[in-house]
Amino acid sequence: MFDNLLGSFWPYTIDGLILGAIYGLVALGYTMVYGVLRLINFAHSEIFMIGTMASAFVVMTLGITTPLTGFALVGGLLLMVLVGGFASAGSAMLLERIAYRPLRKRGASRLAALISAIGASLFLQELFALVLIPHVFNRPQQGRNQMGVARIMEKDTLFTFGGAQIRVDQVLIFVAAIGMMVLLDLLVNRTKIGRGIRATSQDPETAVLMGVDIDKIVRMTFLIGGLMAGVAGALFVLQFEVTKFSIGFLLGIKAFTAAVLGGIGNLRGALLGGLFLGLIENYGAAVFGSGWKDVIAFTVLVLVLMFRPTGILGESLQQARA
Amino acid sequence: MSTNTTITNGKNAFSAFIDGVRDRWASAPGWQRWTVYVLLFIAALLLPSESLGPIMSPYSDWASVLFFPIGTYVVLAIGLNVVVGQAGLLDLGYVAFFAIGGYSMALLGTRMGLNFWEILVAGVILSAISGIVLGGPTLRLRGDYLAIVTLGFGEIVRQTAENTDAIGGPRGIAGIPHPPSIDGVTVFGVDIFHYGVLDPRPYYYLLVVVATAIIIFVKRWEKSRVGRAWAAIREDEDAAEVMGVPTFKFKLLAFAIGASIGGAMGVVWASKTISINPNDFLFMLSATILAAVVMGGSGNIPGVILGAFLVAWLPERFRGLSEYRIMVFGAALVALMIFRPEGLLPSRRRKAELAEGTGGMGAMGAEVPDPETHAAAAEGAAK
Repeated sequence: MFDNLLGSFWPYTIDGLILGAIYGLVALGYTMVYGVLRLINFAHSEIFMIGTMASAFVVMTLGITTPLTGFALVGGLLLMVLVGGFASAGSAMLLERIAYRPLRKRGASRLAALISAIGASLFLQELFALVLIPHVFNRPQQGRNQMGVARIMEKDTLFTFGGAQIRVDQVLIFVAAIGMMVLLDLLVNRTKIGRGIRATSQDPETAVLMGVDIDKIVRMTFLIGGLMAGVAGALFVLQFEVTKFSIGFLLGIKAFTAAVLGGIGNLRGALLGGLFLGLIENYGAAVFGSGWKDVIAFTVLVLVLMFRPTGILGESLQQARA
Repeated sequence: MSTNTTITNGKNAFSAFIDGVRDRWASAPGWQRWTVYVLLFIAALLLPSESLGPIMSPYSDWASVLFFPIGTYVVLAIGLNVVVGQAGLLDLGYVAFFAIGGYSMALLGTRMGLNFWEILVAGVILSAISGIVLGGPTLRLRGDYLAIVTLGFGEIVRQTAENTDAIGGPRGIAGIPHPPSIDGVTVFGVDIFHYGVLDPRPYYYLLVVVATAIIIFVKRWEKSRVGRAWAAIREDEDAAEVMGVPTFKFKLLAFAIGASIGGAMGVVWASKTISINPNDFLFMLSATILAAVVMGGSGNIPGVILGAFLVAWLPERFRGLSEYRIMVFGAALVALMIFRPEGLLPSRRRKAELAEGTGGMGAMGAEVPDPETHAAAAEGAAK
């Protein structure tokens, strides 16, 4: 039963870490919004989906059919990440403006906000399946199919480690994801905006008295969370070379699981939770078969919530060093 | 500005009308209420009439539509309402219990050869147990964690069914037996106890009877000590606990009751459907039922029935737009939460709670109400 896992332990570990890094990036969006608004931003999975779509659109518009090299490759990758990131950040802010702010202004219940989020999520998925993929991506009748994306870079093996071939793109994805998280950590801990975010998540009323513009902080939170999800989307397209209108659903739930695993509201926890979940999922798939991957991830979620509901590192956007 | 005022006036007029009806209802003597109940029951039995069919459902057989999705959604919404509307626990994986009921019917019917009535009892017990198994460890969690755990549970149940070849895997189970028929009881030309393949009406009548029984039970619970305990938990769990309400026990009870209603509906539904597979139990169904509850006015049974009816019937009626219906549905949910978060027919108590921001897991963070909202909330509370 464990032969498969033990036989190719390192390949499973590498795949798990890559997937985990993407989970971690998406989890940041959940964790920040939750820290500030106490709201599960259910539509965040669609923000991720928009990131994958936007970077797929870049690849298609550039007309890339064979892998690029040299400066063209660097430019293409940057463009993918930038367009993906900004498309997601923009949609996240739009989402906040349309689906959450009117509710927040009226002091509506969190249940109402969650329903509104589910509505927005359905709307965005269908928007892609019915309008954007058939007409903008020019795939009529295929709005609900999986969309292949051309390979943008040659996936050469960089070096071998314990029987696992480590490829250039994997290193790139992992480094990019970790880099984004380090930047975010600096932003939240070292800048004025970051101080505003932490203050708001600790105590919104006092934050207002201290001159924090809450609306601006909430907008920034969605912008940053969206940016991270968009970058994650671009990296996902780079790694798996597919996307779909409903690609965000499962990945979103798992990213939320990662956020909870690390302690919701805790930025470093989100990364740790993502990596942990990615590994567990891949090891589990190796032992029980890949059909059980999602079941394993959800079982981990249930177990963690039962035994350590505050997550591995505890909940602390507010407690991050002032 | 003026259109805005018109809208507000219209909204107020509608609310005032509903309140008027409610006052009249509250002060009506028992026999009048019972007359209305009996009339409603008869109306439900007359619904599959052939003269209504072309108006209500021009694209598909009206009696079939009445069984599924309309009747099925109504019963599921009533069950979910116990959990979400009455006890205030957010369940995003309600479809799991429907699936457990459906699979009980399919497995016990095809493998063990039990008949429908025996399986109905077994299915209710099995789904109640699964509700307790899920609720036991998770109901101590905060509201929104519970939402995600239940969502995960719904997916676990579906994917387990998909991955387990012993229960059919992705192909599901076919050849599910129908309920045992009693032939020859004919009313207006309908063989009302003949559960065959062709005529959906006997199944619909069975559903109406099951639904009526469930509504009576749920109504009685709402008015009892249990119902008051749920309301207390929903409004302020800590205060309820301090006042001596064993909150965990009552939350678990709400979960078990909601689960058994979902399971019962799963059994009834599977007994008509002949074959089921894991794709009948997608998250979308949980979301739709939750939307029906919230849209109708969570906590208020007539509202919930209305919500479920609309959510099930509108897409069937406007098949021409069917491609866009989920998109419209999503946008409608957002609009509804912005303009009428209490739903179409809210209970008064629920409305006051929502205006205060209590009930339904409390208010969002980072919300510092301006004086206007404060005043509105106070007004809402005073009502």
